[in-house]
Amino acid sequence: MTNLLAARLQMAMSLGFHIIFAAIGIALPLMMCVAEACWLRTGDPIYRTLAKRWAKGAAILFAVGAVSGTVLSFELGLLWPTFMKFAGPIIGLGFGLEGFAFFTEAIFLGVYLYAWDRIPPPAHWAAGAIVAASGALSGVLVVSVNGWMNTPTGFTLIDGVATDINPPAALMNPAFVSEALHMTLAAYAATGLLVAGVHALMLRKDRENPFHRRALGIALAVGGVASVLQPMSGHYAAQVVAETQPPKLAAMEGQFQTERRAPLRIGGLPDAKARTTSYALEIPAGLSILAYNDPDAEVRGLDAFPADEQPPVAVVHLAFQVMVACGMAMMAVSLWAVVSWWRTKRLPTGRAFLAAVALASPLGMIAIEAGWTVTEVGRQPWIIQGVMRTTEAVTTVPGLWWSFAAYTALYAGLGVVVVMLLLHQFRSSPRADAPAGEARRWTS
Amino acid sequence: MDFLTSMTPAGGVAAAMLVALIAYALLGGADYGAGVWDLLARGPRAEAQRELIAHAIGPVWEANHVWLIVVVVLLFTSFPEAFTVVMTTLHVPLSLMLIGVVLRGSAFTFRSYDATELARRRWNRVFSIPSVVTPVLLGAVIGAIATGEPGRVAEAGGPVPLFSTWLRPFPIAVGLFALNIFAYVAAVYLTLETDDPALRDDFRRKALISAATLGAVAWAVHLLAKDSAPLVYEGLDRASWGAPLRYATGAMAVAAIVALALRWFAMARLAAAAQVALILWGAAAAQYPYLVPPHLDLTRGAAPAIVHKLMLIALGLGSLILVPSLVYLFRVFKGHTFRAGRRDEDESVRPTPA
Repeated sequence: MTNLLAARLQMAMSLGFHIIFAAIGIALPLMMCVAEACWLRTGDPIYRTLAKRWAKGAAILFAVGAVSGTVLSFELGLLWPTFMKFAGPIIGLGFGLEGFAFFTEAIFLGVYLYAWDRIPPPAHWAAGAIVAASGALSGVLVVSVNGWMNTPTGFTLIDGVATDINPPAALMNPAFVSEALHMTLAAYAATGLLVAGVHALMLRKDRENPFHRRALGIALAVGGVASVLQPMSGHYAAQVVAETQPPKLAAMEGQFQTERRAPLRIGGLPDAKARTTSYALEIPAGLSILAYNDPDAEVRGLDAFPADEQPPVAVVHLAFQVMVACGMAMMAVSLWAVVSWWRTKRLPTGRAFLAAVALASPLGMIAIEAGWTVTEVGRQPWIIQGVMRTTEAVTTVPGLWWSFAAYTALYAGLGVVVVMLLLHQFRSSPRADAPAGEARRWTS
Repeated sequence: MDFLTSMTPAGGVAAAMLVALIAYALLGGADYGAGVWDLLARGPRAEAQRELIAHAIGPVWEANHVWLIVVVVLLFTSFPEAFTVVMTTLHVPLSLMLIGVVLRGSAFTFRSYDATELARRRWNRVFSIPSVVTPVLLGAVIGAIATGEPGRVAEAGGPVPLFSTWLRPFPIAVGLFALNIFAYVAAVYLTLETDDPALRDDFRRKALISAATLGAVAWAVHLLAKDSAPLVYEGLDRASWGAPLRYATGAMAVAAIVALALRWFAMARLAAAAQVALILWGAAAAQYPYLVPPHLDLTRGAAPAIVHKLMLIALGLGSLILVPSLVYLFRVFKGHTFRAGRRDEDESVRPTPA
């Protein structure tokens, strides 16, 4: 058990934990703004209740996202000092701008949560809109740094030293747009469907509840639109990977040999020793078409790269398959809602549909974790693609297993508490059969 | 205006880091201090004190903590080697500090949303105990850097010690000093947060006591610094304006105590905030031009000038959004502490989370 492994596990655990809260922190404010806008437009007090309810969830999740994000900004140096010494000046601009976006988000979240009765309603709505916008911007800027790790630009490497540093060029690295688009849509899709699933479960018990019907409508609108758009952004992201990180693409697809008319493999288990991917459903020339828009295009397999520059293929391929499968299922549920709404002009609330939405609920977060695994493990053995290996970047501080154990226990405990608090919020959500006095209480 | 022409871009970023650190001490620091008073709340008004604290910091809580992230980002972008040395040689106190940040940051919010009174009381503990421990660790990190030990360990290479860089009298004394400062400003601020004369007197007494202990701890830090942190100890004498800075700090300390004694609370807040800002300014001036003494200064191991210039531009543009936003936040939630005469109409709605 090496220090390197402990550092990698701690980083993976910290990011895997934070990414859920970060994604919800991007999308939930948008949903509460939509609900509040509906209230301002229609005067229907249920929308106001809904905005307040979602704001409570946002407050809990934002608090955990903020502290786990603070930890990450230190962990970059606590675990990967050599990486930060090299990369800090190049990527710092993105982090610096992100700092301001996060600042704005924190300021106006305070205004939104605490000033319901202190400022005029349009100003209050605007505060929420600023939270939603700065949250999304903050995510985009953090992802720009990940894009840079995948496609480093904005410097010239001379004898291992970065010269001619150009931070704006580093920020606008080749992977930036595709990763930022894919991650932002993922946040809306995953959060929208996650929240929709909760309200669908409530509606199964309480079919005519106007509160949950409105909530389901907004959550599905946000999550559904993003879910339908996401495969397109994924296709674009894969084409960028094909161009900029061919070993990652080969690992994602379980492509060991370089070939023309490379098939698209659905499922399958890559065997790194036998250099084959078995049990996959293969669509002839599918990969060549998807990656290069040409059935005869040559796709470089893992064998085109030195053995010590190949990512762990099984993990990357399986994570990629999981992500795509979740994404497809989410798109299917969203299309079901869209088609039904198109035909009947109202949201379906049949048992089968509600069950499908509830089942799709966790898929978005699973897809985010899987997609994060693809981009991070798929870049290995590099921490900065082609520039610095992960083994070179790790700290020399001994005893990292203690740190990993402590943070894992801390985050596990936090995760349990957050789930319990949210369950408490769900249980106390408004019921349709509530007495009149009760109804007044929850609309105030 | 000599400094405007002589200041390098690196110096500009360092000055911005100092400003952010002062803001963190004055705003985030007061939140730590409020946690200390929450833990120490005793007597018939203990619950009222806790409630006042929760109401006072709730709306500004998340924003106050971003200052720490600003300091860290500026450090690793502009002075990557200093950042690397600090993160390596002070790994243990920083990791422990972060655990404190996580615990109190989440517990503070959780207690507003949990179901039962008992659960809320438990979250209060999870908030207030790390509020005492975390500032000590933060101060110990700053104190340790001033001793030059982390800098020497990094320069020598070899295995990284886990405890010997910071588990010493001087860093711990600086840690206690930080804790005391935070408790002091929190008590001073809280005198302006209530109409209840008894409650206000509670915090006035706490402010006066912590002002007195702050003097004692400062004296201890001063005595220890002579041997433990000679570079910084002599630094203030070397600087041409070291003496005026010290007199100004002392004057503000006296002014704050006098204002508290006379119940001029707005004046006391102004003087206490100025005192804290001057203390940090003095500490930074004493260490100047070193970031991590005795080797790393503003030039060695710093990022190229283009990075510093870009960061200054980003800070300038960001401030155009940040400053009005902060002013708005504090106007909405802290306006009542600036308008003593019109408190009644203002206090009609207490800020509670939705």
